[in-house]
Amino acid sequence: MNDWQTTIGLEIHVQLLTNSKIFSSSSTAYGSKPNRQASYVDVGMPGTLPVLNKSVIKKAIEFGLAINGSISKKSIFARKNYFYPDLPKNYQISQLDLPIVEGGFITIEGDKGILKKINITRAHLEEDAGKSIHSEQNNCTYIDLNRAGTPLLEIVSEPEISSALEAVQYMKKIHSIVTFLQICDGNMQEGSFRCDANVSINKKGDKQLGTRTELKNINSFKFVEKAINYEIRRQIDIVEEGSKVIQETRLYDEEKDITKSMRSKEEANDYRYFPDPDLLPIEIDSDYITQIKSDLPDLPDVKEKYYRTEYNLTDEQLNIILNKPSFIKIVDEILDISKIDPIKIINYFISSLYPKINKDNFSLDENPYLPKSFCETIDAIENGLIPKHSLKKIIDEIFLNKDSVSEILQKYSSEEHDDDLIDQTISDIIENNKKQVDEYKSGKTKILGFFVGQVLKNIKGVNPSIVKDKIIKALNSV
Amino acid sequence: MEIYKKSISELSNLLDKKSISSVEMTKYFINRINSYDSKLNSFITIDEESAEKEAKEADEIISKKKHSLLTGIPIAHKDLFSTKGTLTTCGSKMLENYIPPFNATVVEKLKKKGMVSLGKTNMDEFAMGSSNESSFFGHVKNPWNLEKVPGGSSGGSAAAVAARLVPIATGSDTGGSIRQPASFCGLTGLKPTYGSVSRYGMIAYASSLDQGGPIGKSAKDCAKIYDVIKGFDKNDPTSNKKTSLKSIDFKSHKEYAKNITIGLPKEYFSEELDENILSKAQDSIKVFKKMGFKFKDISLSSNNLSIPAYYIIASAEASSNLSRYDGVKFGYRCKNPKNLEDLYMRTRKEGFGKEVKKRIMIGAYALSSGYYDEYYIRALKIRRIIRDSFMSAFNEVDYIFAPTSPSTAFNIGEKTSNAVEMYLSDIYTTSINLAGLPAASIPVGMINDLPVGMQIIGNYFSENTILNIANSFQEETDWHKKIPGEFDNE
Repeated sequence: MNDWQTTIGLEIHVQLLTNSKIFSSSSTAYGSKPNRQASYVDVGMPGTLPVLNKSVIKKAIEFGLAINGSISKKSIFARKNYFYPDLPKNYQISQLDLPIVEGGFITIEGDKGILKKINITRAHLEEDAGKSIHSEQNNCTYIDLNRAGTPLLEIVSEPEISSALEAVQYMKKIHSIVTFLQICDGNMQEGSFRCDANVSINKKGDKQLGTRTELKNINSFKFVEKAINYEIRRQIDIVEEGSKVIQETRLYDEEKDITKSMRSKEEANDYRYFPDPDLLPIEIDSDYITQIKSDLPDLPDVKEKYYRTEYNLTDEQLNIILNKPSFIKIVDEILDISKIDPIKIINYFISSLYPKINKDNFSLDENPYLPKSFCETIDAIENGLIPKHSLKKIIDEIFLNKDSVSEILQKYSSEEHDDDLIDQTISDIIENNKKQVDEYKSGKTKILGFFVGQVLKNIKGVNPSIVKDKIIKALNSV
Repeated sequence: MEIYKKSISELSNLLDKKSISSVEMTKYFINRINSYDSKLNSFITIDEESAEKEAKEADEIISKKKHSLLTGIPIAHKDLFSTKGTLTTCGSKMLENYIPPFNATVVEKLKKKGMVSLGKTNMDEFAMGSSNESSFFGHVKNPWNLEKVPGGSSGGSAAAVAARLVPIATGSDTGGSIRQPASFCGLTGLKPTYGSVSRYGMIAYASSLDQGGPIGKSAKDCAKIYDVIKGFDKNDPTSNKKTSLKSIDFKSHKEYAKNITIGLPKEYFSEELDENILSKAQDSIKVFKKMGFKFKDISLSSNNLSIPAYYIIASAEASSNLSRYDGVKFGYRCKNPKNLEDLYMRTRKEGFGKEVKKRIMIGAYALSSGYYDEYYIRALKIRRIIRDSFMSAFNEVDYIFAPTSPSTAFNIGEKTSNAVEMYLSDIYTTSINLAGLPAASIPVGMINDLPVGMQIIGNYFSENTILNIANSFQEETDWHKKIPGEFDNE
């Protein structure tokens, strides 16, 4: 086994997160009843024409820029012709020559633990097909065209991946980029992110690559690893037995953990690609690209380095923060405003604010004051002005409240107190500070602050105004 | 009243003055169809019920004085324009049961103006043909001579208007399918600039060439329809925002003829041209010269390349456009398919006619790996050369005048066994589609009681002047008023 080396190229299909389909106005939402989201265009009714949903262009450009790819100023759609029942027109609108993104790369952690650059050949736009649902029971096939026309970005890597683990690393990296940029929801179970793997083996040192097989439609990181590993083993066994690997398309059977032949090259389609005469070329001007570039958030890689070196944030914290650009934006502001220890404030953030902004898909535009309110609240807690257990309730209140946070804090600081504890503490302090009591008695009322401070120091989160009242009472009765 | 002879504006006047109601007018033309069309077979569907309903609505609008010039006037649509709720067959068995759930943009726009659709006209199957002999619903006969073809593929529309069964009709022109039947039937037909009329809902043959337009009795009638159907449509990304929305503005030739130079391409007047047609062409040129138009000999040397380039490009696009007819979703499905492959094979074998299958095979071959560069890419290069040669011609002259077809209407069955000869009957028309230019065919004379047509070709979006030139000719001549004798009575 050690004599062999593996060469893998991945084609990842990313469903772009748009409200409507790539060439029609029907919804792309997942899970509705069959064929409820298929318009005349999606069904391929005679005479219908595709009309490009422009929002897919922006998303493709964002991806292209994020991987340092080049954006084609002129890009064209082509028809890929093949017959399949869930492909209503019996051609798929895709791109062949002049795809929207050419070139680019990402960096993954390679097998030897060192960083490895994987080049990306291209990324192109296309429409998804529908689904065929086979029923053994009724001996028939049902067709659901809800998915037909969902926009896809197909990302094609160079054959530079050397193992199943590297393939998983690569796939995870692409997944994190497209979900981070919010151009895809990343939901692999619903098929929003799926991949085909081209796998071949050859002897170490051989320049000539072995015959490749294509593993189709794998929709989890785990299965990518298993399918590729099975396929490598299978190919090595074949060659070691003196046979030849056949170029073919194979399907991974998740239950049996094997790959099965789907069709061989001889049966493969000649797709008869040609430019789609129904669609004009996409022309993208450089100002538009520049604008998208300037709006593009720093990718997790860049941010990670910054948080580590500037703030010493922990792996655990980074794992959460680096998930979404909206988290990063808020965290950046919090770190900027807060005067307390960064690790501490981020821990507060993760335990209190993060669950809420994650759940509500909060964006800073909805309440730009939130980071400041949050920092003031944490300051008040750290200074013992309000009890820690009130934090959750305060977060709920400051969440969409754009007014000053001080009133809210005031309310919570007076909420609960333990009279006996306060009284006992006050009497202890009076007992131990006779000199200050005398000063007070002699008319130096400013000394009152000293007593309040002492109490607050002993009882975290107690309301200062209640303490003040009680101290005056106690001092007067001495 | 001889309603059948009336122009659109005359009909409009009658409706406006309430000399006749739209219901009466509609019944009048339906009666003509019922009495004459058995001779012609120009209609696939006659929709009496819905026509009457639309006519009633039109009458109400007229009584409220909210009508347009076209309100209440009957029209017929070539059977490739999708009509909501009405059978739309495209001349094919494949769609013999297909009822679209929506209207083509062309149909919708005319309906909004209050026009009354009488039905759907016969055509070559999927618009593939030059003689209307490839229709699944039987061939159409030429009203001028029932032994002759009406031309194609809009043969039904041309025959119906020529026999005055309907005042005007829509057609489509991929390689000459409006102009050639107009010329064979003594009518005026306008093939607009590619992109000026929406293709939405028009069943595709060759997407980069197809263009809808009117076939009528005169340039003025065609202009009234073109004014309504033209313009950008958000449902058709290839429709062009540059299309002028201004109505065609007719002028006297005295106002503009002297400023116009018309080119006569020598390749269109070569040996292939019937000498009788040549002499009719020369007669018509004399009429134009008398009005003050100037003429100049020019060359369009690439024209001989147009037929092969056209048949590669059109067939390639068709092979893909027609893939959707597979028996799965709509249209014809073979009986008891054994499996998926059987369903595909038999549905398409039984549902498509011979000419359609031939072009699908030519197209699929031209796009196959190994042949793509040699055929498809080369055809695209020729297309570019043809376009360039027109552009350089338009540096020399303002418009081009040329025969529409090398012959008058030929006999039914005469060319069906010889594909090349049939294809060559489009020799003067296809290059205009490849270049995407506008052109109108007008009747300029008769040979042996068969009409002769000439086309006026202009630069992009020059429909206004093309129709003006056509109209100026029609103000000086009566060829467009000739009616085939058998149909020239109430």
